[in-house]
Amino acid sequence: MRDALSQTAPGPDMLAISGLTKRYAGRGGEGVLALSDVDLSIARGQFISVVGPSGCGKSTLLKILSGILERSAGEIRLDGRPMSGPDPRVGLVFQAPQLLPWLTVTENILVPARVQKLDLRAARARAAELIEMVGLTPFATSYPRELSGGMQQRVGICRALIHDPELLLMDEPFGALDAMTRETMNNELQRIWASSGKTVMLITHSIPEAVYLADRVIVMTPRPGRIVDDIAVDLPRARTLEMHNTPEFGRHVARIRRHFNSEGTLDA
Amino acid sequence: MSRHRRTATNALQHLLLLAAILLLWEAAVRLFDVPQIVLPTPSSILQALIGLLGSSTFYRHLVVTLGEILAGFGLGAVGGTVLGVVIGLSPTMYRLLFPYVVAFETMPKVAIAPIIVVWAGYGMTSKVIITALIAFFPLLANTVMGLRSAPREQIEMLVAATASRWQVFHMVQFRHALPQIFTGLDIAIVLSVIGAIVGEFVGARAGLGYLILQYNFNFNIAGTFAVLFILSAIGIVLHWIVASLHTRIVFWVEHDALHREA
Repeated sequence: MRDALSQTAPGPDMLAISGLTKRYAGRGGEGVLALSDVDLSIARGQFISVVGPSGCGKSTLLKILSGILERSAGEIRLDGRPMSGPDPRVGLVFQAPQLLPWLTVTENILVPARVQKLDLRAARARAAELIEMVGLTPFATSYPRELSGGMQQRVGICRALIHDPELLLMDEPFGALDAMTRETMNNELQRIWASSGKTVMLITHSIPEAVYLADRVIVMTPRPGRIVDDIAVDLPRARTLEMHNTPEFGRHVARIRRHFNSEGTLDA
Repeated sequence: MSRHRRTATNALQHLLLLAAILLLWEAAVRLFDVPQIVLPTPSSILQALIGLLGSSTFYRHLVVTLGEILAGFGLGAVGGTVLGVVIGLSPTMYRLLFPYVVAFETMPKVAIAPIIVVWAGYGMTSKVIITALIAFFPLLANTVMGLRSAPREQIEMLVAATASRWQVFHMVQFRHALPQIFTGLDIAIVLSVIGAIVGEFVGARAGLGYLILQYNFNFNIAGTFAVLFILSAIGIVLHWIVASLHTRIVFWVEHDALHREA
């Protein structure tokens, strides 16, 4: 498996994680090992999905990468430079879009630009482009409560892209959406990724979603959270919904699901 | 259209009820021959009110009391909010200061009024201090609670975008505290009227509370009632100002309940 891990990336790594460990302080002395010695590298422009059951550490991994949580040990390099804490080169999409109810769509998207004190004129122009890209131009001055769940999540994605990050982290971004909206959003995300050339790490509960979108699927299992498989998905781009029915697609899904069967965590 | 008609009907119902109450009051006082110094008739109160509004000394008293209310409210509200921010954002400050806050909170501020008058004299200053003390706590408590109501994930969103402590505070936490702060302001403004009047009762040379004592002393009960109605009107107007600022500034929260109340 180590070999499989090292032979993936063809170009220079955008993200290189080595020996990443996270131990939550517990009541009873030694605490909980949420991540155990995780090694992972992602090539520039690659789309990777991380799947695993609850408690496998995938959210912990994402929170450490976004700088919200501190790691216990290990090293993270983004585009060759070591990362510590929140980093403007990273964009983050949450499960619930966490839009601020007192700001319009455009102003919500501009939040990271204001935080990072970017040139607001340029940021406004970019916000308008992003809003157009996700088809929300008529809603640019609307408030979040006037939007549907899918539309709100599109705004969340625009906000994560406003400061032109190199790495886009997504924490189950479509988990709260209905199945139809979810498929639409999957296609939209694929389009956004293809046109922006960003490196994407998508955390998801859904194995088909992981396979459908990703170049590689990372499989994690709990207690302690670690990577148990790293699968290259060689389905051609651009992918279409019909591919869900092809034998290749089914083969990938079956290989991933096997891990959870053997772990006795079929609920994933 | 139908909404307008319903509003008109509601107003008419209110007016009718008010007229009925006043008529009943007037009739009962005359019928049972109740002395004016026990319960004056609405008509004599109205007379006293008109006389009051026509005299220049009334406006001198009004300005004094309004000044005490607004200055005390302003000082107390700003002080309470600032200390609320300090306590709400710093766990250490919360741990150190909150016990004192609770201890002082449970003390009836009205009971402190005589001491304040001894310290600060019979002028407006003592009344401003008493009012400020009363207006202080609703703001302090509501600011602390409001700051804690910001969703953790919205704070994390800003932290991940490399926000500073100050940016997290003014871009998310303070905004989330605003609804509660306005609730505190609404409580505080009504309490401020009480604070100023109680202060004047304890010791003053001018103000509407002082006027009430004067009228009572002279058995001018209709005059006392007239001042009471004016105080109530002041309270309603101040509450209304705070409530409309609330709906205008905190526009992202539903305000149905507030509208109905106002």
